[in-house]
Order: sequence, then structure tokens, then C-alpha cells
Amino acid sequence: MSAADNQNSVAVPGATAPGTGAAPGVAVEAVGVSKRFGATTALADAGISITTGETHALVGRNGAGKSTLVSILTGLQRPDSGEVRFGGELAPPLSDRNAWRRRVACVYQKSTIIPTLSVAENLFLNRQAERGPIAWRQLRRRAGDLLEEFGLAVDPGRLAGDLNVEQRQLVEIARALSTGARFIILDEPTAQLDGVAIERLFDRLRSLSAAGVTLLFISHHLQEVYEVCDTVTVLRDARWVLTRPVAELGREALVEAMTGEAVGLVTGTARPPLPADTPVSLRVDGLRLGDVYGDIDLEVRSGEMVGVTGSGSSGKVSLAETISGLRRADTGTVVVGDRVVPPGSVPAALAAGIGTVPQDRHREGLIPLLSIAENATLPINGSFGPAGLIVPKRRAAAADRMIERYDIKAPGPDAPVNSLSGGNAQKVVLARALSTDPRVLVLINPTAGVDVRSKESLLGAVRDAAAAGTAVLMVSDELDDLRTCDRVLVMFHGRVTRELAPGWADADVVAAVEGVAAEQPAAPEGAQQ
Amino acid sequence: MTGTTTATVAPPTVAAGRRLRLARLRDLALVPAILVLILVGALVDPVFLSTANIINVLQQQTELSLLVLAEAIILIGGKFDLSLESTVGLAPALAVALVIPAASNGLGTDWPTTFAIPICLLIGLLVGAFNGMLILRLGLSAFIVTLGMLIVLRGLQIGITGGQNLFELPPSVLYLGNALWLGLPASIWLCGVLFAVGIVVLGFFRSGRSIYAVGGNADAARAAGIRTDRVVFIVFMVAGVLAALAGLLMTGRLGSVAAAQGQGMIFTVFAAAVIGGVSMDGGKGTLFGALCGVIVLGLINNILTLAGVSAQWIQAIYGLIILVALLLARLTTGKAQD
Repeated sequence: MSAADNQNSVAVPGATAPGTGAAPGVAVEAVGVSKRFGATTALADAGISITTGETHALVGRNGAGKSTLVSILTGLQRPDSGEVRFGGELAPPLSDRNAWRRRVACVYQKSTIIPTLSVAENLFLNRQAERGPIAWRQLRRRAGDLLEEFGLAVDPGRLAGDLNVEQRQLVEIARALSTGARFIILDEPTAQLDGVAIERLFDRLRSLSAAGVTLLFISHHLQEVYEVCDTVTVLRDARWVLTRPVAELGREALVEAMTGEAVGLVTGTARPPLPADTPVSLRVDGLRLGDVYGDIDLEVRSGEMVGVTGSGSSGKVSLAETISGLRRADTGTVVVGDRVVPPGSVPAALAAGIGTVPQDRHREGLIPLLSIAENATLPINGSFGPAGLIVPKRRAAAADRMIERYDIKAPGPDAPVNSLSGGNAQKVVLARALSTDPRVLVLINPTAGVDVRSKESLLGAVRDAAAAGTAVLMVSDELDDLRTCDRVLVMFHGRVTRELAPGWADADVVAAVEGVAAEQPAAPEGAQQ
Repeated sequence: MTGTTTATVAPPTVAAGRRLRLARLRDLALVPAILVLILVGALVDPVFLSTANIINVLQQQTELSLLVLAEAIILIGGKFDLSLESTVGLAPALAVALVIPAASNGLGTDWPTTFAIPICLLIGLLVGAFNGMLILRLGLSAFIVTLGMLIVLRGLQIGITGGQNLFELPPSVLYLGNALWLGLPASIWLCGVLFAVGIVVLGFFRSGRSIYAVGGNADAARAAGIRTDRVVFIVFMVAGVLAALAGLLMTGRLGSVAAAQGQGMIFTVFAAAVIGGVSMDGGKGTLFGALCGVIVLGLINNILTLAGVSAQWIQAIYGLIILVALLLARLTTGKAQD
């Protein structure tokens, strides 16, 4: 996260943020909205004003507050302060779901289709009939009419679970329109679609917009914003930054508004280049996993640190999980040294010398009720005694060494790991990943939700491991993580689209992640039509 | 985010169409199996096709089928209830104990005997409501809650009756399990009517369809304005009443309330529901399918008895046949069992 927030680059929200005296053309507005979750501020005095009939983009980096704003606009969460208005009227109470449904509909990233029911029933869920028994034939005909009107060739009698992602999404949009809502929020609708489907979706959005439907479009891909949107609102660090017609805002200015011209934290010292004859520790050849990613070839040399970044749908996490054995690729191989790693098996990956810091330390990283010592020594607990016997003293000694080495702030090796702060818990995960002295270290968002001090010591420990000859593959959204790497690969829609040499500017990464880099080849699928 | 399920490409339309037809046929999938079983039964023993035997088979299955009806509704709603089999024992036992004199192992309250049936059904309702409250209000797992209730309710019955079977029952309690209406046992009529009502409500009414919605995707159901908690709560209460009614029928048929009444039935209940195509994951299955599952199990049981399979082996063979039936159900759908 850009810690240094430039004061003069943006206006104060209260001053120019959408005012209260609703113009007749304003379909939806949120004014001075704040929301806190415990210690974190998700939204601070943010606002948005959407004109009737326009397609409005909402952009911001991860954690900027987009999803919180969406859940407030859809009435799923109550703002701590501020208000939401529809067409100038105050929003209905949160408990009146039907009133909200008439005003706003949202197509979430997570599907709200019920797979075990038919398309027709999904379209008219909970309003299959006014009263009395459901006339199925009539319901299917109504659904058929609705789908036809919407230009969607799907048999209304089909099970919704048999539809593909694109069709399911369109059914959700059709359902949203059929409830009478004329304001639709699309939360990253393109994340799971391929290029052709994205184009079809955009055509549809344009015709909806022409028909007077107001759209709020959330995307990580800035070129999509330029393609379909009229106006853009940028959020950064839970605050409103700007609202501007898309045509008036250049790409550089947009990226700048999203990153806030963060004065990059200079972390660590520049690493000396590796000798040319350094052996390759990790080689990935032609790795492909369904629609998630494909054509991945990469090499990481011993002692080299390679960063991988991309948006949530870029496939970067799946790639890292494949290398660490949590997923099984369809084709391609992972080679450590000169040994092919058997796919889809964590024990095999560990045996081959791949250590992993998984994405979610709470879910995959730690066993919360066990002690620090047990968590940190899980992969090596066969070495504390004969025949699987764990001699407590030897384990405690090993854990003490780790606590010392990785600067873990803890009462002692026997403290349960869930008593630690996020940063220290993550150090335990890293200590465990490095406990086997792996040749390859794969890290997934290693500093997410970690305070600045812990971040420094985590990255320092990774640098130390690299200096000792471990090949590091760092998958991360955080610029500070990537800055410690020798080079950074950017993934977009499942492909590696750019490689950044050291000395890149923040804007380079953000632009490449959002898919607007000048060097980026034309979207391969889009070319087909 | 990039889960493999979301990334799957839809199969070509031809394959999808075929799967759709299969999904529709799934409802009727057990009908041929029932016909085959009837044929086998007729070959094994001519007695099989006699009216007396058929009525006997149907009547024996009425109690089981009511429990399957209850369990199927709960499973479609995405939940679980193991305690039904204990309600089968406790509801009639407590109702009877409240109305019979202390000399016949009653509690000494000596309430009017006309109250026995309403009390019995009320107990079922309360048990269901209690289950629902623990699961919804306290957020406990349905499996563990109802497992606990299975033991508690059985224990209550044994405590109240002192572990004794209750024999001296008022005639009102015996009536439903014995009466003949138009030449058929009343219990068969009752079951038929309740299944018909269930099939219509779950198939053609918003309230019934909302059970499917809640079981299929509770978040989506909530977003569509369905009061998901209320649906689940009502489903548990209805299931409790059905289980109490099953207990009443069994009491009337056997002429007593055994301390172990209903014990062990829940496994057969689940087997029948799953063979009948009801998903353990919720949101899928029909009551007609569940009814077919009950009939298949009843016929198998009857044929094994008529074929003279030794009593020591009948349980093993019965269990094996359940496994084979599940395997066949898996093969006919072509999808992993869920």
C-alpha cells in the first residue's frame, strides 16, 4: 500500500464530492459515507454520484474500499455515517429487501444463481407466482419471453448449473432488469470471461445504457473502463479521490490517481547482479491449467528473486499454488534443479525442495490452536527423534532458534500461534517454509495484512534466504514486495504479458496489471472478431 | 478466486440436452426398478402378489415413509436431522404416559385421553422447534445438534417410562394404526395424502420452492428476499410433527409403545432418501423420488423374507443391496453422488 499519501494531488472529498441537492438527473448518490470494520477503515467520508443513464466506472487498487461501497449501495451494509439516495430520495431501511431490489441490482463476482433449479425459476426466484400454485408452463413462457427480449438463447427449462459462466452472468443481469431495477452494479463482470464473451457483454452493456439503464461498472482492467464507461470515480485508501468524465482523463492521470504518486519506500539495498553462470533452480515449462492460466514458461536462478503480479483474475495465485503442489496443472512440468516434480502433491514438492508461504495464513498457513513450535516445525518434525518420536526439548530448541532468527515477537515457543499478531504469525509461516532449507521458496502475498515493521523483517528474511542461494518466486499485489525482487513478471488473463527489469516505476506495474501498457499486445481473443 | 469450478466451460449443447433429459428422468428412474422387483417377487413366491401381502408391505412402510418425507424436506432445505427416530418413540410415549393411570406406568397426571393425539403431535412440533432454534439461533451444526437430540430424546423416553413398554393404551392412540378406511389401512391413506400434499407444495408453491432455493444457495435465496431462517425453522417443525405421526402409526400397529420404538430407523431413512435421488448437499431431489426409494427398500425387504433368507443374514444382504442401489443411482445420473 502506498503509505505516503500525497496531500496536494487530490481535492478534499467534502468540497467537491457530489453534493446533497440532488440534480434531477442523478440516479444514485452516496454522500459522506464512512465505514469501519474493527481497526480498519474501509471507507472514510467517500462519495459517489451517478447520473441517470450513464455507465459509471468505479476503480481503485485492492483495499481501496470498492467492495464496501458496493455493499452500502446495495443495502447489504449500513454505513457508520453518511447517506445513500436513489433519485433524490433517501434509501429504504436495510430490512426492506424488496424495496432495495426495486432500486438496485448487483451482479456479484460470486454467482447468486441456484445451480439445482431451472433457469426459469432462477429468473423468478421467490416471485414464481403472486399467490396460489405455480403455473410452471406459464412461468417458463414468461422466462422464455424475458430471455428472448434480452437476446439470450437459453432454454428456460435447463438447469442453471448446466449453464456456462457467461450465460449464468447474463441470466443474473436479466433477472436484475426484470425486478424493475434500473440501476445495476456489475462487480468485475469480466473477471471470468474470455475475450469474445467480454466483447459480447460490452455490446450488451452499451445497448442497456442506450435504453436508459444506469450502470456502475467495477473493473481492475482500465482499458475496459475506457471502452464502455462515461464517467470514472477513483477510490484510494478508503477515500474518494476524483470523479471525472473518462474522456477527460488520460491513462497516466488515472493510474496516478489510483496509486497516489506514492513516493516509493526504498527498501533494502540494491542487490548485486547474479553471476552469469548461476544455475537455474526452478524451471517451469508450458504450464497450463484450464482457463486459469496457460503458456507459462519461467526460470528462476539460484539466489534470484522473481516477482509475479497481476489482478485477481490473472491466475498468478493458481500458478504459485501449482508450483507448490496444491493444484495440478493440465499440461507442463515444474523442474527443480534437474528433477521433474511430480504434479499435484505437496509432499512431492516439499521433497523436491519447494517451500511455500500459502495465500491465506489463517486457512492454509497455520493450525491456530497448536503452539508456535509445533506449527513452525511441522515439515521437519521427523528429525527430532528416532521413528517419528518428537523429543519436546529438541523441538523447543529448534523453535527457539527460529524465533530468534526470524525476529518473532512471542512469549515463547509453547505459546499458541493464534495469540500472535498478524505479522508475527506470518513470520512463523515463513519460518516453517524455510525450515527444510528449500532450494525454491514460493511466497503468495507474504505481507498482506502485516504491519510495516513486520513487513521489513519478513522481506529481510526472504532476502537473506535468497542470498544463501534459495530461488525465490514472490507472487504479490504489494509494490513493496515486488520492489525487493530482481525482476517482476506481470500476468494478465492467465498469460505473462510483461517482464519489468529493476528500476521500474510504480505506474509501470499498475498499468501492466490493469492491461493498459503500451507494450501489451492486442488482446489475443478480441482479435478473432 | 480462480477456482476450477467457475472456470469450467459449458459442454456442447447436445451433451447438455441429454443431461437435462436424464435429470428429468431421474425422477422416474426408480419406477423400472420397482417393476423389476415386483416381477422378481412374483417369481420368488406367488404369495407376493396377493392383496394381503401387498397391503402388508405398504402398511409396514408407512412409518418409514413418513420419516423419509420429513427427512427429504430437511435435506432439500440443506440441513440434516438425525433425531427423527427418537421422536418416533418419545412423542407417543410421553403423550400416552400423560393420559394413562400411574398403575399402567403412566405419570399419574391422568389427562383426558382425547388429548393424547394432539399432545403427541405437539411434542413433535416442539422437538423440531428446539432443533431449529439450536441450529439457527446458536449457529450449531445440524449434524451434531440432532445427534445430541437423538440421544437425549431416547433417554427422556426411557426415563419417563422407566424403560418399560407401555401396553394399556387408550383407543384413540390405537385407532390410526389399526383402522381400515374403504378397505385399506388408514395409515396408507394418511401417507398417500401427506405425500401428495408434500409433492404439490414443494413442486407448485412459492413456500415449497423457497426450500429448494435455501438448500441450493442460501445467500442467493436471501438476496432474492426469502427469509431463509424462517424457512428452515418451519421445515424442522413440520418434520418433527411428521415423525410424531409416524410414531403414532407405529404405536397403533404394534399395540404398544416399545422403549426402543424407532431405534435404528434413521439409517434406512437416509438410504431411502438418497436412493430416491435426494441430495445430501441440499437443493436437489423430489418427494416422489423419495417415495420410490421407500417402496424399493420395502419390496427388497419383503422379497428377502419371502425368499427365506435366514434371519441371521438378512441384515447383511439388505445393507449390501442398499449399497448396490446407491451405485446404480450413481451410474444412472453419471454424476458424482452428492
